[in-house]
Amino acid sequence: MTFTADLGLTYPELILAGGALLLLVWGAFQPRANAAVGYAAMAVLAAGAAAAAFSPFGRAFSGGFISDAAATFAKVAIYLASAVAIPLGQQWFARRGVRNFEFPVLIVIAALGMGMMASSGDLISLYVGLELHSLALYVLAAMKRDDAKSSEAGLKYFVLGSLASGLLLYGASLVYGFAGSTVYSDIAVAVQDGAGTGVLFGLVFLICGLAFKVSAAPFHMWTPDVYEGAPTPVVAFFAAAPKLATMVLFARVLSEGFTGAVEQWQQVLVAIALISVAVGAFAGLAQKNLKRLWAYSSIANVGYAILGLAAGDAQGVQAMLVFMILYMIDVTGFFACLAALSREGRAMETLDDVAGLFRERPGIAMAMTVFSLSALGLPPFAGFWGKYYVFKAAIDAGFVLPAVAAFVGSVVAAFYYLRLFKVMWFDPAPGRTDPPPGEARVVAISLALFSFPVVLVAMTWLDPLAATAAAALRLQ
Amino acid sequence: MTIGLVHYLAVAAILFTIGVFGIFVNRKNIIVILMSIELILLAVNINLVAFSVYLHNVVGQIFAMFVLTVAAAEAAVGLAILVTFFRNRGDISVDDASMMRG
Repeated sequence: MTFTADLGLTYPELILAGGALLLLVWGAFQPRANAAVGYAAMAVLAAGAAAAAFSPFGRAFSGGFISDAAATFAKVAIYLASAVAIPLGQQWFARRGVRNFEFPVLIVIAALGMGMMASSGDLISLYVGLELHSLALYVLAAMKRDDAKSSEAGLKYFVLGSLASGLLLYGASLVYGFAGSTVYSDIAVAVQDGAGTGVLFGLVFLICGLAFKVSAAPFHMWTPDVYEGAPTPVVAFFAAAPKLATMVLFARVLSEGFTGAVEQWQQVLVAIALISVAVGAFAGLAQKNLKRLWAYSSIANVGYAILGLAAGDAQGVQAMLVFMILYMIDVTGFFACLAALSREGRAMETLDDVAGLFRERPGIAMAMTVFSLSALGLPPFAGFWGKYYVFKAAIDAGFVLPAVAAFVGSVVAAFYYLRLFKVMWFDPAPGRTDPPPGEARVVAISLALFSFPVVLVAMTWLDPLAATAAAALRLQ
Repeated sequence: MTIGLVHYLAVAAILFTIGVFGIFVNRKNIIVILMSIELILLAVNINLVAFSVYLHNVVGQIFAMFVLTVAAAEAAVGLAILVTFFRNRGDISVDDASMMRG
């Protein structure tokens, strides 16, 4: 393919990259254009999503960049989820006197990196995409510069994230050395009869690095601290889209590069999935801070997504994609609720803070209840359908015991979701809450409506879309 | 004695291990953690270049260039976050970075 033809496959990336640079210059030279930069960033992301939706399929840059149904699926979801985070965050920062145009620009850059991850076809593009999104996220976590907790969260995220990148890179270098190439399709040829010791060693490092990035146990220790310290709308962003991007990347590396070693990586993934579910369920029981609680909830939920992937077939990848999309809805919605709540100007972040919320803010309390029940996996809410797909894929692949164990984990986790429910609906309220800001309320209520009942309709198109995306990953 | 691939891989593995231990065992200074991260990335680069020469394949060296570039960006972001942390706390010891626990 010629260079121009290659570029034709990368329109979403070109739009986002060009847009981010222009916005950066605009924001730097027009200090009062904050809100306008935010809207423009949303427009750039929407344009990127449209370009991704109609992108032609193919491979570009010697196999380093792949545009296929899976990449399209992931990119549209990632760009839209990123666009939702912009109004949420900008208003929140503006109310706290932080006027920075960098926030939307960083979100666009992170979305660009995530899109690169979803369509990487080479260990080099994998690494560059991963770092592009990680570096933007480190800065976002430390965005509230005068807040000690926020900068501590950024620092912890940076240190452990860099360690994860180091592990991943070391694995990538071993895979390159022992398989002889960095392109996934060439690696697949080298490991078609199972991975040798060197490649396997590299693969395990690679999986550890990626598990770090999706905050799967036992590599989860940064998650609660970062979620607690980072600004709430930033958490709403990075609990959702980056998780999906990294899971798609996970699926792509394993299915395109290591199809021949399915039996070997399946065991690693099942172990990671079960440890994540257990840690998320049991450690969450002791949490009083809602952001920490949902950090543990996200650890457990990533465990379910990995269990779907561990099934090692197209059905498993489809289950993982459906699960992640529905989980993104819940987690963004819940953190949007938290971003909307404050009492006399102070953020409401602990269980005691939200006591009796139902009497004061019935809409927000209803939305939080819906998101909690959905994350718990109660039918007919969105989360149930995601878990249903995952368990079905795991059982069809012969992982009956792991599926049962994961199910027990979700029953244990039910305790903390139901406790939140009880505290919000039946406990006496300690004082009056401030009126919730419009944009966070709109995001929260519309996502809650998606979680139930819109999801029942949405499943009819989410299911075939995810199936097409999973089929593109060529895992039999 | 000729120096072969295995020697380079051993050096890289040792550097990598020192880097990882530098992050977890170090209890003093966050700058040391940043140095450990650089050490890990340099260990990876030695690996990549050694493999590249061994395989007669230039991709490893290109990868090493990418790693170098990204490592520079990473150090810049890390130091910037460290500066905001220092402004808020007036201290950069590891034990101090523990407002949140549990």
